[in-house]
Amino acid sequence: MKTLRISVRVGMLLAMFVLAACTPAAIPTEPPAPPPAEPSSEEPMATAALPPEEITLKIGFTVSQTGSLNVESTRQTNGLTMWMDQVIAAGGIPIGDNQVVTFEAVFYDDESNKDRVQELYTRLATEDNADFLISPYSSGLADASAVIAEQYGKIMITTGAASDATYTKGYTLVYQAYTPASSYLTGAVDSLMALDPAVKKIAFVHENDKFSTDVVTAAKVYAEGLGYEVVLFEGYDTGTTDFGPFINKIVAAGPEAIMGGGHFQDGTTFARQLSEKGVAANYIALLVAPPEPTFSELGDAALGIAGPSQWEPLAEYTADAAAASGMEWFGISSADFVDGYVAAFGEEPSYHSAGGYVAGLILQKALEDAGSTDPAAVTAALDALDVLTFFGHIKFNTTAEAHGLQIGHSMVLIQWQDDGSGNLMKQVIWPPEGATAEAIYPIR
Amino acid sequence: MLETLLASLTDGILLGFVYGLAAMGLALIWGVMNVINLAHGPIIALGMFGAYFLFTSFGMNPYLALLPIAVLGLLLGMIVYVLAVHRVINAPHLSTLLATFAVNMIIIGLGTAALTTTPRNIDFSLGSFVVGPATILWNRLAAALATIVIAGLLYLFLQRTRPGKHIRAVTDNRSAAELMGIPSSRVLALTFGLGSMLAAVAGGLIATLFPFNILSGGGYELKSFLIGVLGSLGNPFGALLGGLILGAIEGLLPGFVPTTWVPVFEFVFFVLILLWRPNGLLGARR
Repeated sequence: MKTLRISVRVGMLLAMFVLAACTPAAIPTEPPAPPPAEPSSEEPMATAALPPEEITLKIGFTVSQTGSLNVESTRQTNGLTMWMDQVIAAGGIPIGDNQVVTFEAVFYDDESNKDRVQELYTRLATEDNADFLISPYSSGLADASAVIAEQYGKIMITTGAASDATYTKGYTLVYQAYTPASSYLTGAVDSLMALDPAVKKIAFVHENDKFSTDVVTAAKVYAEGLGYEVVLFEGYDTGTTDFGPFINKIVAAGPEAIMGGGHFQDGTTFARQLSEKGVAANYIALLVAPPEPTFSELGDAALGIAGPSQWEPLAEYTADAAAASGMEWFGISSADFVDGYVAAFGEEPSYHSAGGYVAGLILQKALEDAGSTDPAAVTAALDALDVLTFFGHIKFNTTAEAHGLQIGHSMVLIQWQDDGSGNLMKQVIWPPEGATAEAIYPIR
Repeated sequence: MLETLLASLTDGILLGFVYGLAAMGLALIWGVMNVINLAHGPIIALGMFGAYFLFTSFGMNPYLALLPIAVLGLLLGMIVYVLAVHRVINAPHLSTLLATFAVNMIIIGLGTAALTTTPRNIDFSLGSFVVGPATILWNRLAAALATIVIAGLLYLFLQRTRPGKHIRAVTDNRSAAELMGIPSSRVLALTFGLGSMLAAVAGGLIATLFPFNILSGGGYELKSFLIGVLGSLGNPFGALLGGLILGAIEGLLPGFVPTTWVPVFEFVFFVLILLWRPNGLLGARR
């Protein structure tokens, strides 16, 4: 009986295969073409201009919607999507003879996690077939994504990523929007020297991640070259919340200035606890956190804290400045960027927001210069880029040793000060030619 | 050097009280129910958010806010017990472990969606005062005092009240307790509620010290395991001692080694304690 059942099932399967084989394959059919119309003698001979060919390019990137980099990453993505929305609203970017490029965003949450970044950028490059890539926020995540971009031959604009090391690995398709980490705190050291040449002792403390370590290592070398004594040079783990014992160690080292930090979360906590502990340093400069508008929520703990910023709304990068210095100007003004951002997101933009926007702007300029979406042409256009934007000067290193490293852009140093009515406001205190106020010194 | 160490030891011990409070909840649940509660961290994080919202939305003093947080933590724990743990309480440990892990993932998932991972901060500083070489933050001192009060109340509850005695009876021998007419299911639900209450209250206190987000409970959960085993997993008052030891280690070690080495030494110390006293410092000698 069992054998009979099996035979019946096998027979049915065979019958299905035979039926399937006998069914004619679907053949696409087309209606017969109409006979060509006789040209009317009354029609004008001139032909109307053809509508432009619309090309939609996929821009792939990840966002740290969750995890420790959430604040900065969200702002960066806001800036990028604002640029994309503006391009789409303007009807796209005309390139070449008769083409218009518009964009489609493809993005995922990377959870602030390097492993997730590599998985997701592989997916963006291979499954989603993204045409161009924008880096995630932070040097560590951008470094993890850059190797994937290079591996799959995708052009990547990195933003929110200052570490120099990514651009010394022989990559040819990765371009940096930010001032490199090696220059991040040099302005703070210069500013300190100008404020008080008698100060000689600096403590460098930093988050133990790629970006912060690169920044303070370069700053330490720079400071020692200027004759400073580095009384403490030590890292703390990412995610540290209790800085109490660490601050006691800093105090014991007796620094006159404290520099370093890491990202927003640890930077704000560190600044708050420095204030609570009443640490009497003359000068404190921290990475990333101070330029964020929400840093002022620390209240008195924020007063006097300085920080390097990639961009500030006060920065004087304008079309007139470009014309005066013989440079090409591209894109919107700072005021338009700020107004558009506030209107779209209901908050003041930080330099992370501006970094996101300028990553898109760089890509737009390269596409326009290339006049094509061909990666080789776009790469050549990026290599030749030398332009002033609201974010500052953009130009890339094109040598084999550090291809893609940003060499045009420079940073400003901001400090939180009292605006005279009890509110905190950011002021640019360095470089002197861009300063909007004198620095508070000593701060405590 | 000595001054730095004294200052850091003070900071560490004050923080150790709060670590101990967080670990007490985990130890209580393990001791009574033999359940490793992997939802402990997210419940600590919910306690942080409880303090945050009561402070920012209602202007409630964060220390007063501990009362509603305690009630909500108790209720949440009892609900979690009924929905996720009760059915598997007699199953192998892996089942209860997975059940609480599922609760952990649900809270983290919902919390991330609703609250994001943007860091929050309770801007409630009580200032500081100087004693010798140490600058003591009033917030830390208040958190330590709150922990002592809560630990005292828990002791009285377990020793002097009928439900407390029931909990101890179930801890000693659940079957015998049931034969004596003690409703063990209710006692277990109450225990899980109390453990969650302690976690939530610890979260509320931590929120007055450090910024946090919905993922912040994870680190304190890990410390709670370490502390629980140090002090004798299953003994809430041993957990308090373990917390003080961990706080002291975290305070003192940065004086001798780079801060990033502290976890390495902590866990080496942890292994050594287990080698010396496998049942923890307050556990019975084997």
